[in-house]
Amino acid sequence: MKKLINTPEREVDEALAGMAAAHPDLLRVEEPNIIVRKDAPRPGKVGVISGGGSGHEPMHGGFVGLGMLDAACPGAVFTSPVPEQMLAATKAVNGGAGVLHIVKNYTGDIMNFEIAAEMAQAEGIEVASVVIADDVAVKDSLYTAGRRGVGGTVLAEKIVGAAAEAGADLKTVTALCQKVQDNVRSMGMALTSCTVPAAGKPTFDISDSEMEIGVGIHGEPGRRREALRPADEIVEMLVTPILEEGIFASGDRVLAFVNGMGGTPLIELYVAYRKVNEILTGKGITIARNLVGSYITSLEMAGLSITLLKLDDELLRYWDAPVKTPGLRWGV
Amino acid sequence: MSGALVVAWLRLAASRVAAERMRLTDLDAAIGDGDHGINLARGLAVLEARLAAGDVSMEAPAPILALAGRTITGTVGGASGALYGRALLRAAATVEPGHVGAGMSVAQVAAALRAAVDGIAALGRSRPGEKTMLDALVPAVTALEAAAAAGSGLPDALLRAADAADAGAWATLPLLATKGRASYLGERSIGHLDPGAVSSTLLLRALADAAAGA
Repeated sequence: MKKLINTPEREVDEALAGMAAAHPDLLRVEEPNIIVRKDAPRPGKVGVISGGGSGHEPMHGGFVGLGMLDAACPGAVFTSPVPEQMLAATKAVNGGAGVLHIVKNYTGDIMNFEIAAEMAQAEGIEVASVVIADDVAVKDSLYTAGRRGVGGTVLAEKIVGAAAEAGADLKTVTALCQKVQDNVRSMGMALTSCTVPAAGKPTFDISDSEMEIGVGIHGEPGRRREALRPADEIVEMLVTPILEEGIFASGDRVLAFVNGMGGTPLIELYVAYRKVNEILTGKGITIARNLVGSYITSLEMAGLSITLLKLDDELLRYWDAPVKTPGLRWGV
Repeated sequence: MSGALVVAWLRLAASRVAAERMRLTDLDAAIGDGDHGINLARGLAVLEARLAAGDVSMEAPAPILALAGRTITGTVGGASGALYGRALLRAAATVEPGHVGAGMSVAQVAAALRAAVDGIAALGRSRPGEKTMLDALVPAVTALEAAAAAGSGLPDALLRAADAADAGAWATLPLLATKGRASYLGERSIGHLDPGAVSSTLLLRALADAAAGA
C-alpha cells in the first residue's frame, strides 16, 4: 500500500484538522468529529445535514458552507458515522426551524441516522429524513437493501441547501429533497479497486483488461465484471439503464453529472461527457446544466459514474443559486 | 452469569476479534466493503480501555452490558456498530440494574440474548435466511432457551449456543444475500460466508469459553 498518510488510525482526524485549517471562513470542526458551517446555527433557518463514511471527498464535508450543508458527519473510511455525531450535528445547526437529515441508502447509514433522529426528537428537535437511493445498478426489490445513494446525493445537497438558505420551511425542504430523489438516477463503473488504509490491500483484484460495471462508492465489487471497452461503449452501458427508468423523455431538460471515482483524470471525464451529450442530444433531451469532476469518490478508485436529474424551473433556480463551500462554489 | 463473567467475556471477545480482524475483513471484502473486523476491533479496544479504567463497577451485569452497548454504538460505526450496540443495550435492559446476587441464571441469560436478537432483527428489519448475523444468532438463542428449559448449567448451555451459531454461520455459505451491502452483489454473494454471522459466532464462542474457564 502506498498512501500519503501518517497512520491509518489518524487519517480522518488529520484530514479534518486540515480542512479546519484550510477553510476557517466557511466551517469549523467540532467534537465528536463533525464539520459545521462557521455561522451555524442560523436562527429560523432549517438545518441541513448529511454524513457517511470518509473516503468520498469532497462529499460530504466539502459541501458544508453557504447554500449547501450546515453540517457533515464523517465516519471512518467507508464506515457510517455513529449516532452521537449526527445528534451533535443536529444540535449544532438547529436554528429552531428543524433539521433535515439527507441519508444515503446504506444499511449502516440508515440505522445510525435512525437512532440519531430518535435521540434528537427526544430532545425536542424536529427532524425529517430523506433517503437518497439513485443507483440503477441495484434492483430495488425485496431481495436487496434497495438502491444505493450515489451521485444524486451531491445534487440533492446543493438544491436542498439552496432552498433552506432561501428560507424554505422544513416541510418544503423535505418535499424538495424527495423531489430530487424521485427525478435522479445514476450508474457507475470501476477500472481499478481501491485500498482502505486500515485494510492495507485493495478490496478486490482486477486485471488490466477488465472492468466492474455497477459499482457503488465503497470499493465493493459491482454487479458484473466484463472485458474493458472503449470509453464511448462504457458510457452507453451506463446511460442506457438510466434512460430505461422511464423518467427522462424527449423534450426534457436535465442536469448531467459526470463524476470521477477519485483516480480518474479530468481529461477522461470530458471524453465521457462528450459521449453523454451526444447520446442525450440524439434522444431530444437537453442538458440544461452539467457538472463534470470528482465530487463523490471512492478513495483512489479509477472509474466514473453518470447521474441524470430531470430539471424543472424550481430545481434549476436552486441549482443556480449561490453556493460557497470547499467543494462547490459559484454565484458569490 | 456474574458481572465478572461479563467482563471476562468482553475482554476475551476483544482479544479474539483483534486477532481475527483481518479474517473478518477479508470475508467482508469478498461481499461487502472490507472493514468489518477493523471496525469491530477498534470499538472493542475502546471498550477494553474503559473497563480497565474502571468506568463501571464489575459487580452487576447490567451496567457493564450497558457500557458495552454505548461504547460499541459510539465507536464501531456502520451497520454492525448500530446492531451490536443495540443488542447489548437491549440485553442490559432485561436485567435489573442493581442485580448482583449469584449473577444471571441460564434462563436470564437466554432472555437477555433473546432481547438482543429481537433488537437486531427490528433495527435491521431482517429475519433469518437473508445471509446476516441473524443466521448465527437465532439458532444460538433457540439452543440456549432449550438448554435453559432442560436445566443445563451455564457453561454447557453457552457451549450449545456457540455450536448452534457456528453451524448457522457455515450455513450462510450458499445463501443469497438480500440485506446489507452484500445484497448489491446479487448472485455473486453466493458461496461466501456472511462476515456478521462469523463475528457473531466468534462473540458467542468467546462467551462460552469465558464461562467454561470461570
